This record gives sequence, C-alpha cells and structure tokens, in this order.
Amino acid sequence: MTAAARTDVLAVAREQVLERGEGLAEDQLVEVLRLPDERLTELLDLAHQVRMRWCGPAVEVEGIVSVKTGGCPEDCHFCSQSGRFPSPVRSAWLDIPGLVRAARETAATGATEFCIVAAVRGPDKRLMSQVRDGIKAIREDGNDINIACSLGILTQEQVDELVEMGVHRYNHNLETARSHFPNVVTTHTWEERWETLRMVREAGMEVCCGGIIGMGETVEQRAEFAAQLAELGPDECPMNFLTPQPGTPFEHYEVVDGKDALRTVAAFRLALPKAMIRFSGGRELTFGDLGTKQGMLGGVNAIIVGNYLTSLGRPASEDLRMLDELKMPIKALSDTL
Amino acid sequence: MSRYCVQCGKPAAEPVHRECDGPQAALRPPRFCPECARRMIVQVTPMGWTATCSRHGEVSSGSA
Ligand code: SF4
Repeated sequence: MTAAARTDVLAVAREQVLERGEGLAEDQLVEVLRLPDERLTELLDLAHQVRMRWCGPAVEVEGIVSVKTGGCPEDCHFCSQSGRFPSPVRSAWLDIPGLVRAARETAATGATEFCIVAAVRGPDKRLMSQVRDGIKAIREDGNDINIACSLGILTQEQVDELVEMGVHRYNHNLETARSHFPNVVTTHTWEERWETLRMVREAGMEVCCGGIIGMGETVEQRAEFAAQLAELGPDECPMNFLTPQPGTPFEHYEVVDGKDALRTVAAFRLALPKAMIRFSGGRELTFGDLGTKQGMLGGVNAIIVGNYLTSLGRPASEDLRMLDELKMPIKALSDTL
Repeated sequence: MSRYCVQCGKPAAEPVHRECDGPQAALRPPRFCPECARRMIVQVTPMGWTATCSRHGEVSSGSA
C-alpha cells in the first residue's frame, strides 16, 4: 500500500472491512460521511462488495403491522403515534382476524418475516395476551412465517414470555446517537432501551436495532450512532429516514438529502459488515425509485414491503420487480430456520 | 366532491395547504372524514388501509 492509500479511508476500509470483516471505527466513519459527492459511487460500490462478501446476495423481505396504534404515552419527537402531540393519528387496536390477514398477505409476497408492532412504552398484560393469541392464530392459519415483535421496553419476564411464544427476533431501536437522544426523547432514556436489547440478546432472540436519520443530528453523531450500533452488534439494523409528521415537534424538519442518505447507508454498512441492513420508513421520500436501487447496490440487504405502521409505502409488487431486476434473490424461509 | 380535506380536516374549499398536497401526502392514508371532518380511526396493514368515521362509516384502500 502506498502512503496515500494508507491514509485514504476507502483504501483502509477495503482492507479492514472487505478483507477482514472488521467494521470501521467512529473516527473513520466521520471521514466516510464527509467524502465528497465525487466519491459517492466508489463508496457505494465498496459497501456493496462488503455486503456481498459478508452477507451474500439474498434480500430479506419483511412486512410490518401495528397491532396497537397511537395514544402512546412517550414523547419521541418524530412520532405521530405519541399521545402528547396534536397529531391526527387516533388510537386503534387491530383484532386477531385482522392480524392473521395481515400475516397472510405478507407471506404471499414471499416475505419471510412479519413484525407485530405496538405504540406503547412497554407491553401490559392485555397487549401480551393479544400478541400470544395473535401468534397462535397465525400458526393455526397454516402460516409459518418468522414472527418478530416490537413492543417497547420489556421486563425480563416479558422477554422470557416472548421467547416462549416463539418470537424469534425483537425490534427495539436506539433511534439515534446516545449524545443526541435527549433532544429526541425525554420520557425514557437511551440506557433503558439498551437494557431491553441486552435482555433480548441474552434470552437468545435475534436483536433488531436501528434508528432514524435526519433528526437534527450532526455528521459526528451519525458516526457515533453507527459505532454504538456496532458495539451492540445487532442481527438486523433498520434504517429509517425522517418523514416529518404533522403535529410532531419535528414536523418542519427537512427531508434528508438523497446523496447524504446514500452516504449514510454505505457508512452503516462499513460499520456493520455482517448485519442485515434494512431499508425502512422514509425511503420513498428520501430516495425515490432510483435512490432505492442505489441503496440496494450500496450496502442494503433487506427491505420492508408494502405499508408501514401509519404511512403508506410503495406497492410490494414494485419492490419485488426491482429485486428481480437487480438479480437479488429473496431470502427463503428455509435459510432462516 | 369532498367537503373537507382528508389530511388536515380543513374545509376543502380553502386554498391547498402545502403539507396536504406535497409528495408526502401521497404516502398518508386519509385521517379526517371528507363529509364531516371528524378524525377517523385508521388501520394501516401491509397491503392496504381502512379508515372509519363514527358517523359516516368505513372507507378502505380497496374502495377509495
Ligand atoms: S415509544 Fe414508540 S410509539 Fe411511543 S412515541 Fe416513541 S416511537 Fe412512538
């Protein structure tokens, strides 16, 4: 390696991440996030090679549904489901037949993952029993899709109960860098979220943890967040891009610039070479069709198909066509058992 | 023709509000009843949505 190559962050990443599978450190990630637009293609190309080398070509497809919408007591400033802001979202519960139908529709797309989500600080008895009954009904419907849950902050007993119900993965996002979290949420702490993730991991469930880009964080804080996620070592990292929601404190924030968003996706891949990185909420607005493809060729290897919890996504058929065009096979259920 | 904007519940005759007409609006299900501007109970599912007004009943992605 020449002296210039030794100091160029992408040359270093090629050796460290692509060859050895070791994610970049926080200071290196700051450099990546500061790369000029002229080097974006090179960065995305490297992130794609890292994904192919350490994760392979398959894409995990997931559907998500909200079993309890709105009326949440927490104050996450980006969220239209918080009961503390004058958002137009009203509380709603999805009944068991509706949940079974949603799981069936998800499985019909070829998705292998179905995530049951609730807008709560943490689950109470009613919610846990709804989830238990829902999972039982999905299985009785002959649907063997993998079931994940996202029900907020858990106690150890609830973690154990979810394992016993057969929930194989738990989503709980740290949302943003630890240093930025108090600007985003004041009703609970980053550390409380971390503790739930620790219990989930120790109980043997897969850990799904990511966050939202574009909530006023600095470039340094984006790098800090990626490094903190690398320390956690999630099996999956969902990357959302802020879609400002009416009535929330972040309603007037700008949508992240597409190139910055792509740089961030690639940087997260270089921080988490072996994790599944999932395109989640906000990609339609931030990336559009072209950017979504670039992201899939820039480190992403999982998507959410169809709609989100309170907003709409692209039709599933468009995403599935895109994956076909990119010659990226959908991960089979047999690969995950 | 709707009497109220389904995104914000204001009278439909008012000039269009930026947030109800931009690209983001296409990614939102209706939230207010077009007949009476009541906030509706909306359930989004992976492949569709339903929105229910306590007075005027249900609309869905299939019927909209
Ligand atoms: S805990 Fe979840 S549902 Fe509640 S306000 Fe925060 S992000 Fe929204």
